[in-house]
This record gives sequence, structure tokens and C-alpha cells, in this order.
Amino acid sequence: MKLFVSEGNPHCLKVLAAVEVSGVQCDVQYVNHEERVVPFLSRPALPALLLPSGLHLFSSNAICRYLFEVSGKDSSELCNQWLEWEATDLQPALLQALHLAVVQGQGSEVSKVLQGPLNYLEQSLSKGNTPYLTGEAVSVADVVLWAALYPVLSDASLALGERASIKAWFDRGAVMHSCQSAAQKVLQGKGLQGMKSYMQRQPAPPSSQCRDSQPCNGNPAESEESERAVSAEEMETAALTWSKGLNTCPMATSRQHPILPQEGKRNILLTSALPYVNNVPHLGNIIGCVLSTDVFSRYGRMRGWNMLFICGTDEYGTATENKAREEGLTPQQICDKYHAIHSNIYKWFQIDFDFFGRTTTEKQTEIAQNIFWRIHKHGFLLEDTVEQLRCEKCQRFLADRFVEGICPHCSYPEARGDQCDKCGKLINAVELREPQCKVCKETPSIRSSKHLFLDLPKLEGQLEQWLDKSTSTGDWTANAKQITRSWLRDGLKPRCITRDLRWGTPVPHPDFKEKVFYVWFDAPIGYLSITANYTDQWEKWWKNPHQVELYNFMAKDNVPFHSVVFPCSLLGAQDNYTLVNHLIATEYLNYEDTKFSKSRGVGVFGDMAKDTGIPSDVWRFYLLYVRPEGQDSAFSWADMALKNNSELLNNLGNFINRAGMFVTKFFEGCVPAMELQQEDKRLLALVGWELQQYIQLLDKVKIRDSLRHILNISRHGNQYIQLNEPWKKIKGGDTERQRAGTVTGVSVNIACLLSVMLLPYMPTVSQTIRDQFNAPQSCVDTMLQGTGTFVCSLSAGHRIGTVSPLFQKLEVDQIEALKKTFGGQQSDDEPPKKKKTAQSAGSPPPAAGPAAAAEVVAGIGADPEKAKQLTQAVAEQGEKVRELKAQKAEKAAITAEVAKLLDLKKQLALAEGKSSDPAPQKGKKK
Amino acid sequence: MALRELSSLEKYLGLKKPNKYSTQGDKKVPVLQNNNGPPLVGLGTIASHLVKVAKRPNLLGDSAESRAVVQQWLEYRVTKLDGCTKEDTKAILKDLNLYLQDKVYMAGNQFTLADTFMYFGIHPIIVDLSVQEKEQYVNVARWFDHIQRCPGVRHHLPPLAVLRNRIYTSKHH
Repeated sequence: MKLFVSEGNPHCLKVLAAVEVSGVQCDVQYVNHEERVVPFLSRPALPALLLPSGLHLFSSNAICRYLFEVSGKDSSELCNQWLEWEATDLQPALLQALHLAVVQGQGSEVSKVLQGPLNYLEQSLSKGNTPYLTGEAVSVADVVLWAALYPVLSDASLALGERASIKAWFDRGAVMHSCQSAAQKVLQGKGLQGMKSYMQRQPAPPSSQCRDSQPCNGNPAESEESERAVSAEEMETAALTWSKGLNTCPMATSRQHPILPQEGKRNILLTSALPYVNNVPHLGNIIGCVLSTDVFSRYGRMRGWNMLFICGTDEYGTATENKAREEGLTPQQICDKYHAIHSNIYKWFQIDFDFFGRTTTEKQTEIAQNIFWRIHKHGFLLEDTVEQLRCEKCQRFLADRFVEGICPHCSYPEARGDQCDKCGKLINAVELREPQCKVCKETPSIRSSKHLFLDLPKLEGQLEQWLDKSTSTGDWTANAKQITRSWLRDGLKPRCITRDLRWGTPVPHPDFKEKVFYVWFDAPIGYLSITANYTDQWEKWWKNPHQVELYNFMAKDNVPFHSVVFPCSLLGAQDNYTLVNHLIATEYLNYEDTKFSKSRGVGVFGDMAKDTGIPSDVWRFYLLYVRPEGQDSAFSWADMALKNNSELLNNLGNFINRAGMFVTKFFEGCVPAMELQQEDKRLLALVGWELQQYIQLLDKVKIRDSLRHILNISRHGNQYIQLNEPWKKIKGGDTERQRAGTVTGVSVNIACLLSVMLLPYMPTVSQTIRDQFNAPQSCVDTMLQGTGTFVCSLSAGHRIGTVSPLFQKLEVDQIEALKKTFGGQQSDDEPPKKKKTAQSAGSPPPAAGPAAAAEVVAGIGADPEKAKQLTQAVAEQGEKVRELKAQKAEKAAITAEVAKLLDLKKQLALAEGKSSDPAPQKGKKK
Repeated sequence: MALRELSSLEKYLGLKKPNKYSTQGDKKVPVLQNNNGPPLVGLGTIASHLVKVAKRPNLLGDSAESRAVVQQWLEYRVTKLDGCTKEDTKAILKDLNLYLQDKVYMAGNQFTLADTFMYFGIHPIIVDLSVQEKEQYVNVARWFDHIQRCPGVRHHLPPLAVLRNRIYTSKHH
């Protein structure tokens, strides 16, 4: 019998206590929270008990009951009843309570949530008049309830109130000892905080008031939840913080290169996946790597961490040789050309690297060869012979992409050497029928060539040990963990590290002259060599795992190289290298529901963004707003216009500008005196809470989620101004004028806080706001300290500068023009249903008016006129479909008309201001 | 709902005298007034009690293991199935489908109370499934069909067509 538990999981407390009390022998194994132990459950469920029959129990109460039964203690009906009550009544309340206390930091709310079930328990205990729940002896019900309640009952800070019978029952010796030792194992003496990492992974309980439970998919304005209740205590705390004012001495000093790890600081090394040099990066590349890293790096600096942000272009490999041939240049020239292009694009996007280098340097050769020799010395390399195609005319071995031929699986004539585009199967280049050299069209011959392999199976044990530690202590995104796990589950195989190429880092081994390192081995070493080009003391970062935390940012396709392959290289070298602690991987960003494609000219590429005339900050904002965090997302022009106009212009920009204008117009440019009333304090508390959420999320690199809290603050601010109408009160009597002053002063200070929170996302706008307000630089250092401190940074009498609007409206025709430019040529082979409404212009809907324009308008609000026309069109089209079906028309014809109908319905939904998702099909019988 | 399920169970068990039930709370948790002691509360608790009264202990499982499994699914029924959202149903069906892959009944090879109450609980979900979806969860469909045909189980619920007879095996219909 094997019991699987995870640390910090409150349900595991129950089963461990039951093991102790029942005395049943069972093998307890600690696993990760994410571990899927029960094979048939898609979500990880712990604890789990593997029964002798091979069956799994996944309910903690069933496990406890089983443990008691095999130790000879059957459960009574009363016992059943308590267990059922625990599962249906107590647990939901407890989960909500723990979520409040542990994730949201609102311990004060807990007693309200638990009041009902605790009172019921108290009543039952006092009525029953027995020492234990079901009588004179301890039963499984006592153990389960005791363990379930232990975390909250043993935390005095929650102030749950006095309940005499519960207290007597809870303190009763017999169960207590066993439960306490179980609690020690699960919570490790950290109390409620011991459950933090577990609770953060749980979906937020449905009935709770927490705001961070909702994913950031839609427009935050649409998901406006009911007002969060603010307690008097919170309000007083917020007012106290506010009155503290700015730190007198600035914390952060300006950056001095070279940045090196410092004793007593949090030293963070940030890398963004090295973009490959042979192409211009598209928006997906930018959001996945450099932009995400940049946000975190700017944020971390404000938090006072010591950060170094390293990136550069990855320049070696076949693709570069290929591109050089295409453009008639040498590989070096290609690299020089594209390195400059990349560098300029990132400059335009305001990516603030500490150093942006490249991989084709002396240092790269030196470090890569050193690592190679160390791996070699420690016996982690294997030799093997590989059959490869060689073109005699071109005098070289052909890389997979340089061969074309007939697919051995589906006979597609233009299959590539690595994969067939038609059937999608992976191909070994030597299997191609009638292979051709892509360059000279000659038939290559098969030759064997000797290669070196990294012995991954031999390093697997070390790797797993390190991974266990890194993934449990660091912040790894779920996809990163999952991809890594699946690689390990499939078993590691030796991986070839050499290639028959010229453009690469030469292999120093005399038996492998004329060969270079394979890019996957070579490229990640670029992080080290680029750092070495930045400072001679690079080893203080890279051979210093005790002082340095390493964050790797990338898109998910890059995960295995950073979590499995590269760590194996470094582990094999045995040179005390810094290995990744936090692996942050994004999903994919699509372009208007299709893929970015350079060859089809679809999508926006880095160099074109600036030609759109849309400011860099707005680009950054939108890309971060749709950052594929946790799931794929899509870039859409219409959505970008919508978000710019609704969020930046009408919400954020509007609030900041109004706050500033009131100071200028009503108070001669000087911040007025503020007399805080209850309402103001309530707002301070709300804003303070949003700030805390922002910090909690960004600490965990939830970049997109935390952006939402910035927008929430300006939304609160707008409501506050709207409610208090300072423009009216300023014309009233003394009290009213004073009220106008307070509202204006509080607003302009919130605007100042917003400028600080915006800094990682929109650095230029952030600076502009502070310039307009003449805000002291120290506000940047003050407000993001600790869990977040919202202080009054523009005190009464402070003179602000000239206020002007921050954002511009994006007009529909402007967006339409851009969409056309970047949409790519309409390719015929794409099925029409894949395209969005606006793109399927081939079959104009009966309703008049440009469909594309409707899309932009529809998102903003309902359009009744349009809806009326569309309703009519839908009815007509529906009739047409019914007729066709009645006439038993050809299937293709019906399908085409149905597609049109669905399209119209979608447009109608948009025009009515609903979500365009079609309702799920129901009970359709054939 | 729960009360009708309990009365269906009584009929299935052949209990002569129908019990009187009431409910408590917003969630209408069933309560059984008991002459010999305090009332029993909760669907699973009452159902297990009825089985004992009817002297059919095998319906609760014939070994410690299967008894734990039965109780686990009774709990699953009241905590996961009841009040599940549209999004949850997919995951639930997927999990159950995998679970039932190599089983005839919820607790293995023997009909138990877990089958009865999982059947009652999942009925409203199955009603809403399209033919295609039912085929997607073929193990759940098979088990469901099997249970609804067990004599005396269905009672208050309408029978549902869950499996198509495949006369033509080609994929094109």
C-alpha cells in the first residue's frame, strides 16, 4: 500500500493523521503538487492511496475511512454523516477561508466565512455531550475534522472567536498528538504559510470575493465584479500608510556597469531566449522573450533587486548559411546585417538590456570548447557513426533542410529532409526517395560520418535530482514543468552535438576536425559568452549558484533545451555552474487567428511596428495585455484599437489627465490640502489592495494578470471623480471647495502611483506622467517596497508642471488600412471558415456596410441598427438553408450556405454586443 | 431531487414502508427522521443506512477496499457532480471515461450503491450531450446504458438513448 502526499496540501494532513492514529503500515511518498498520481484523473489529486488491488483512492475521507477499517475500526452511521458533512459543508468554506488567508492576505475575513460550519459543530458537540464526535472513543470522523480544522484553529491571528465545546474537543489529547505530528510533516512548522504554494495552484473558490480568480481573457471592464468589501481596519491602515510620505533617502542608485552580484542582495540573472539571427523577429517572438524579460527586469530594479539582463543574437548554424546563400552574402555579413536589425528593433521597443551581444565571438569558442573538454573528461560523451547525405558537387554534407525528395510515407514529391509538409511525418533524410541537393539539384550520395553524442541517459539521475529541487522551489510556468516531465517520462536518449558544417564553433577534438558544434549545444552557451563579453568577471554570475538566481524567459518550444539539455551539459561539465531556478515560458501568440508567416507576408514584424505610427508604448501595452500567459492568445488589429481606445484612452489616460487638469485649472497648479474622509480612506484601501495584488503577481512573473490591477485602479479613480464631481464643488462654499481639493489631491496622487506601476509596461508614458506632475524620483523607489505602500507623494503645495493628454484615439479607417497592409495575400488553399469575419470578404453578407468596420464598433458596444439588418439577413439565410435541405440539395452546397449562416449569426452576436462564440451544439440527433 | 432518488432506492431495495424525509438548507440536503435516535443527514449517509436496513450490505462493497471505493464515489457524487458547471462536466466525463475503461461497475465487477447514485447524478449531464459527445465518452455511455437497464434502478428517470447501433462502420454518414 502506497500513500502519495504533497507538502503544504491541507488534505494530506488528514490522511497522515489517520495513518498515525490507525497505526496501519503504509509506504508514504512525498511528491510534487502537480504530480498526476491517479492515472484516470486529468487534474492532479492528492493525497492518493494505491490499494493492493492496483486501484487508487483519491478522496482523503475515503482513504481515512479505509485506513480505519483495515485497522479494525468500522465507521458508524454517525461517522458517515460527519464525513459527508465535512466534504459538502465544511470543505468549501475551509477552502475559501484558506484562500483568503493564504493567497489574498485577508485573514480578517476568515471568521465570517467559517462562522456557519463552526457554529454547527459547536452546537453538535455541546448537545452530544460526549468527548468525541461519535461517542466515547476517537473515530475516523474526529481525525478527519480535527485535521481539516487544524490549520485555522491553531492560528490565533485569525480570531475565530470563542467556542468552548470545540476548544475542549480540539485540545483533547488522544488525537492531538498524532495530528500535530502530521501537521508538522505537511506544514513544516510554517503554519498557514506552509500551504501557500499549494493554495496558489488551486482554482479560487467560486463564492469568494477575490478578484484575482478570473483569468485575464476578456476586457476587464466586462468582468467587473461586485465591489469588494473594505473593513474599517483596512481603511485605517491604508490611511496610515498614506500619511507616511516618501522615503527621504533614495534606495536605488543609478546602474553602474558592470553589474555584479552583491552580498546581502537578491541577485538575479535574467536571460531572454536568444533570437535566431536569420530573420526579422515577429510580435510573437518579441512578447515571448525580450519584452517579457524587460518588464520583469524593470520591475525587479524598482523592487531593489540586483539584476543583470543578458541577451543577444544566436548566429551559428545551417539556417544562417542558407540565408547567406539566398542573399548572396557571407554568413558573417548576414549576421552583421541582422544583428543590427534586431538591435534596432529592440531599441525601438525600449528593451533595456544590460548587454545585447552575439554568439559569434572569441569568448563563445573559448567557453564552449572548455565545457566540451570538461564533459569529455568526465566521460559523458559517446561516439557513433551516422549516415548522412553528401553532395559531391557542393563538396559538403547536406543538412536536413538542404535536401528535398519524395516522402517515403505519402509520396509527396517535395518533402524536406526533416519533415514532410504534406503528411507531417518526421523523416530521416536518408530515407527520402530520389533525394536532391536543394542548392545544385544533384543527387547526393549516402556517406557515413563519425559524430559525438552527449550521454543524456547517464546524466538523467543527476538531472532529475536537480529538477525536483528547482521546480519545487522556483517559479516554473505550468507548461515548462509539463514539457520537461514529458521529456523525462519518454526517457532521454544520447543527443548528437556535432555537425558537418562550417559556420559554427569548431569542435576542438582532433578526431573531429572540420566539424562544428550543433546549435542546440552551442547556442545556450551564448548566455555565458555574452556575459563574458560584458564583463571579465562573468563567472561571478555563472559559477555562483549560491548567490545568484537565474531566470530564463522563452516561448514554450524552447523549454526542453533549457530544462533538460542545457542543464545536462552544465551538470556534465561539473564546474559549479549556475543552473536555472525559474523557467518562464509563454504559449504562442497567433495573428488574427492564423499563424505569423514571413513567407506569406502574414503578421507584423518587429521592423514594421514603428512604421505604423502607433507609439512603442502602446505596442508594448497591447502585446503585454494579450501576452500568451497560460494559453495561446491572438493579436488582432480591431482588438488593439479597442483596447487602446477603451483602456488607455478612456480609462487610464482619462483619469490621469483629469486629475492633473483639476490641479491646474482649479488650484493654480498646486496640489490642494487634503482632509481624508471615510470615503477617501476606503478608496485608498481599494487602491492599496490592487497594488498588493500587482506586486504578488509580478513577483511570480504573472505579467499579464498584474496589468489588470493597474487598470482597476484607474477605474476606481474614475468612479471616485465621477461620484464627487469636484468641478461642481469648486464653485460651492468653503466646505465644498475643501472637498473638491481633497478629491483632486487624492486623485493626482493615485495618478502618480499609476505612473510607477506602469513603468515596467510603458516606460515612456510612465516618465511623461511624472514629468507632467514634477513628481520626485523617490516615489518610484518607495511605493513598490515590501508588499506595496501607497503613500502621498505629491503633498499639499507641490507644484505640478504642464498637463497634456497621454494617448491618442486609434481610428477605424487607420486600423483597417493597417490590417490590409499586414494581412498578407489571401491564399486560396485556406478554408474560408478559418478566417475571421472581416477577412472572408469573398462572400459579402446581404446586410449593407463594411463588415470590418462593424467588428470594431461591435466590440465597443451594441449597434442596434446593424443588429436589425443582420437579424433580417439571418432569417433569410436560415430559410434558404431549410429550403436546400428540403430539396435534398448537394451536401457541398448546403455546407456552404450553412457556413454563411453561421457567419451572419456571429456578426449578429457582435452587433448585439454579445460574445461571438456560437452556443454549443445540443442533443443533435442524426 | 435527492428525495426522489431515495424513494427510488427504497423501491429498488423492496422496503415495505416508505420513509418520511425532509430537507434542510439552501442545498436541500435530505434529512431522515429516525425513531430510534437523532435524524440522519446527507444523501450518501441516508442511502447507506437504507441499504443496511434492507440487509443488502453487499451494495456497499464486499471488502474493505470496495467499501472505500463505494464511499469515495458517493462523496464524489455530492461534492463534484452536484452543482458542477458546464466547464466541469467535460473534465468529469473525461475522467470517468478513463476510469471506466476497464470496469463494468463503479466499484469493479459488482453492482453497488455507487452505480445507483452516480447514475442518478450524471443523468442530467447525459441528457444534454450530443450523439457525437456520447460517442466521445464511450465507456461512460456503455456503463450508463448498462445501469439504466438494470432492473429496478431507473425508476423516476426517463431512459436515454446513449449508444448508436453501428450498422455501417464507415466513417462517413
